[in-house]
Amino acid sequence: MRITRREFLKISSAAIATLPVLGFDLTPAMAQIGEFRIKNVKPVPTICPYCGCGCGLVVYAADGKVIATEGDPDHPINQGSTCAKGAALYQIYDNPRRMRKPLYRAPYSNHWEEKDWDWVLDRIVERIKATRDKNFITKETVKVKDEKTGVERDVEINVNRTEAIATLGGAALDNEECYLYTKLARSLGVVYVEHQARL
Amino acid sequence: MTNHWVDLRNTDCALIIGSNAAENHPMSFKWLTEAREKRGAKIISVDPRFTRTSARADIYAPMRSGTDVAFIGGLINYVIQNNLYFHDYVVNYTNAAYIIDDGYEFKDGLFSGYDPEQRMYDQKTWAYKTDPADPDKKPLKDPTLQNPRCVFQLLKKHFERYDVDTVCKITGTPKDVYLKVAETFAATGKPDKSGTICYAMGTCQHSNASQNIRAYSILQLLLGNMGIPGGGINALRGESNVQGSTDMGLLSHLLTAYLNAPTNDAAYKDLAGYIKKETPKWGFKTNTPKWIISMLKAWYGDAATKENDYCYQYLPKRDAKRNFTHIGLFEAMYEGKIKGALIFGANPVVGGPNANKEAKALENLDWMVAVDLWETETSTFWSREAGADPSKIKTEVFFLPACSSYEKQGTVSNSGRWIQFRWKAVDPLGESRSDLEILYELGKRIKEAYAGSTDPKDKPLLDMTWDYPEEEEKLLDEVQREINGYDLTTKKLLPKFADLKDDGTTSCGVWIYCGMYTEEGNKTQKRDNKDTTGIGQYPNWAFAWPVNRRIIYNRCSADLSGNPWSEAKKVIWWDPTKGDPAKGEKGKWVGLDVPDFIATVAPSDPDGSKPFIMHPDGVGGLFAKMADGPFPEHYEPWESPVQNILSSIQFDPAAKIWQSPMNEQGTPDKYPIIGTTYRVVEHWQAGAMTRNLPWLAELMPNVFVEMSEELAKEKGIQNGDLVTVESARGKVTAVACVTRRFKPFNINGKIVHEIGILWHYGYKGVAVGDPANRLTPHIGDANSNTPEYKAWLCDVFKGVK
Repeated sequence: MRITRREFLKISSAAIATLPVLGFDLTPAMAQIGEFRIKNVKPVPTICPYCGCGCGLVVYAADGKVIATEGDPDHPINQGSTCAKGAALYQIYDNPRRMRKPLYRAPYSNHWEEKDWDWVLDRIVERIKATRDKNFITKETVKVKDEKTGVERDVEINVNRTEAIATLGGAALDNEECYLYTKLARSLGVVYVEHQARL
Repeated sequence: MTNHWVDLRNTDCALIIGSNAAENHPMSFKWLTEAREKRGAKIISVDPRFTRTSARADIYAPMRSGTDVAFIGGLINYVIQNNLYFHDYVVNYTNAAYIIDDGYEFKDGLFSGYDPEQRMYDQKTWAYKTDPADPDKKPLKDPTLQNPRCVFQLLKKHFERYDVDTVCKITGTPKDVYLKVAETFAATGKPDKSGTICYAMGTCQHSNASQNIRAYSILQLLLGNMGIPGGGINALRGESNVQGSTDMGLLSHLLTAYLNAPTNDAAYKDLAGYIKKETPKWGFKTNTPKWIISMLKAWYGDAATKENDYCYQYLPKRDAKRNFTHIGLFEAMYEGKIKGALIFGANPVVGGPNANKEAKALENLDWMVAVDLWETETSTFWSREAGADPSKIKTEVFFLPACSSYEKQGTVSNSGRWIQFRWKAVDPLGESRSDLEILYELGKRIKEAYAGSTDPKDKPLLDMTWDYPEEEEKLLDEVQREINGYDLTTKKLLPKFADLKDDGTTSCGVWIYCGMYTEEGNKTQKRDNKDTTGIGQYPNWAFAWPVNRRIIYNRCSADLSGNPWSEAKKVIWWDPTKGDPAKGEKGKWVGLDVPDFIATVAPSDPDGSKPFIMHPDGVGGLFAKMADGPFPEHYEPWESPVQNILSSIQFDPAAKIWQSPMNEQGTPDKYPIIGTTYRVVEHWQAGAMTRNLPWLAELMPNVFVEMSEELAKEKGIQNGDLVTVESARGKVTAVACVTRRFKPFNINGKIVHEIGILWHYGYKGVAVGDPANRLTPHIGDANSNTPEYKAWLCDVFKGVK
């Protein structure tokens, strides 16, 4: 599960060996980076959050902060390499634009207000419940044609659905998250369940 | 993907169509380049534009957007006419020999059974012919393939019309280039060669998209390319877990693991009805009762009993006659029928088709919940920045900050179906939380809100199993175990889905994932990167669904007697010495992968050479029921500058047409240019995950629209000018990129221009720009309803209009 020191040394020296073509020597700088990463920080393996290649990346974090990210040299698909997006993984964390607090926009308001988690979750549940309770179809009567006689008759069927709530998204979520999402949505009676796989 | 990323190194020829793999799935080229360098493989790029993939290809074939069926149909014809198909494979492993019902016919673009009022087919004549005297109703066959009513002859006849000249008049491909593509790819029809087809959104986002993929499948079956190393149909998927999210059933027509969601059709009235409707008489899908009952046991626990149909009635049943897919959803929202929406990591104001309409639709919501790492165009649709008037928008909006993929742990499934674990490196930033924790909290609070209710409609929520541990790591672990499934008698994790039962004694959230987490441990965490197979299967790295199989349909790699068709392309084979005689086994399937077959069914057994075990007839479907026909047929996109020259039917006759406001259809007199959209390596999808990153924003700061030098000259546009692209739905401003990468097409003697625009952009983030989807229409594929993003009409003008 962890990348060994030896494997990282191997990678570092391979990178250095290709450097002289640049016309200047980066050996001391590379050695320093290699040493630093290996000695003090444990690389944590992850899978790239972008496309469906499933490349391995590693994250170096210390004192609760991300220090660096790079391709996972042990991963059979990318063997340490990354594309531009995978190489930028670090900035997903170190980024002032990341949202850090729950926000609320009241009807007809022109701005967000910061709220605490309990307040927003309770308010959302209140809205889901009210919408579901007011817009729920329990049973429907559908026509069925007898294949032999062609005679139509009514059949009552439990449909147990609300058409007033939609759920979207999922392709950026983990499997376990998608699983809870689908289980919860279906148990609520939501039939407008859609996500990026349709698009 | 039927195969997987590393397996691309085993190919002899890669046909990349509807995909700019080198740009959008860069690791594909790591392995394709190896295939070329080490094994002399050829790479073919078919694309309206000369892309980064084309630049690394051996052959580049330009093709007008929306003409895939014509392009591939011509290859099918070429392969049949020149006897280049893999004869023994086609006769035995496809339905080529099956005789078709006398009532079936195809005439001037329409198959038998068409109802123009409903825009639907009655498919009863699209069936195998049977002997009326045979009580088993076994299909009649002609293994000589000579009967004019056998699938092979009907296929031959259908595609005879796709001769090279006709095809090139439709696609605009130069004939000499087309012939080179045909010759090169058809060469993979030999037993010791394999060819792969790689595709992406350039294939899927059309009004006849499913038939594009059907055409690829037919071609691959004819060439014997399914189930072998370096072969297959490989969808290069665009999100890190879009494979997994589909497996989990986050689509209106599916439950988990591709079990169909029931509708209000009377056939689905009760569990017995569902099982009758969904369970075929033959094949692996005869296990459907085990899968659905085990899923219901996972969802509703002890409340699910035999007496109450395992809570089957809790499942919502959508209206069978209406459309609940993405376009249908936004049409309903636009009409004010949807009151609330939960949106987890999605941005339809940028990524949805007809984005102006979808943004407007959001204004009709009473409430909306957006869960994301960033403020998106969707979560701020109500703002002045969005061009909206907040004082007129009633929607109550909640924004919940989600943490990133390495601030939590969980699994994702890549295109090759590898379920890989991601470890947590650092705590969530600020107050952000994992989507798992957010969904858990929502579910818990919803159950609390309904506690004590006696209303039957609330029973599903009260009975839904949700007693997960609160602690993050344990919560994840328990959800993974539930997905894998339990033997409820012993409380042990199930080792494989073959152990599932239909009597309520097993639970399994997602049957195809069964085996990922067993009593042996969590196999998604496996990181042994030694390749024990020599063909790059890496069986001890993570876990591939199903049952850690890396190449699906791999029974096809062996002949009727169970020997590999060729040493070079072997995957599994029958070993008569490996069976356990005590169990009456005659031998066993062994080899370089987990067999996609019952391991002890001998080739000489009655069903021993039916490799497509998920099909009710066990063979590959050259002829197969789809909404718009049993064979693919070329129709023009909803908006096209030319007439269909193959038949009088211009547009896919079974695709749903939305006649609704804000969805005008453009005509070629006003909008003569074909528009398409695509992506660049520096950005991802609707952009929030990359346009907010300064490094990537700096690399690719602006929306640009690529156009040919010829079109730019006609329009007085210089490279770098700001231009306006306009369609019947909207307009966007972009930077002109005048390039030789686009060339005007000669379509049946008429010069037709095509332009392409990036669709990643919106007004939030570091790199900002107009969303190209303001131009695209609400029209979808006849089978999947995937929007036709990739071929529509527009015009382009110099300056900001």
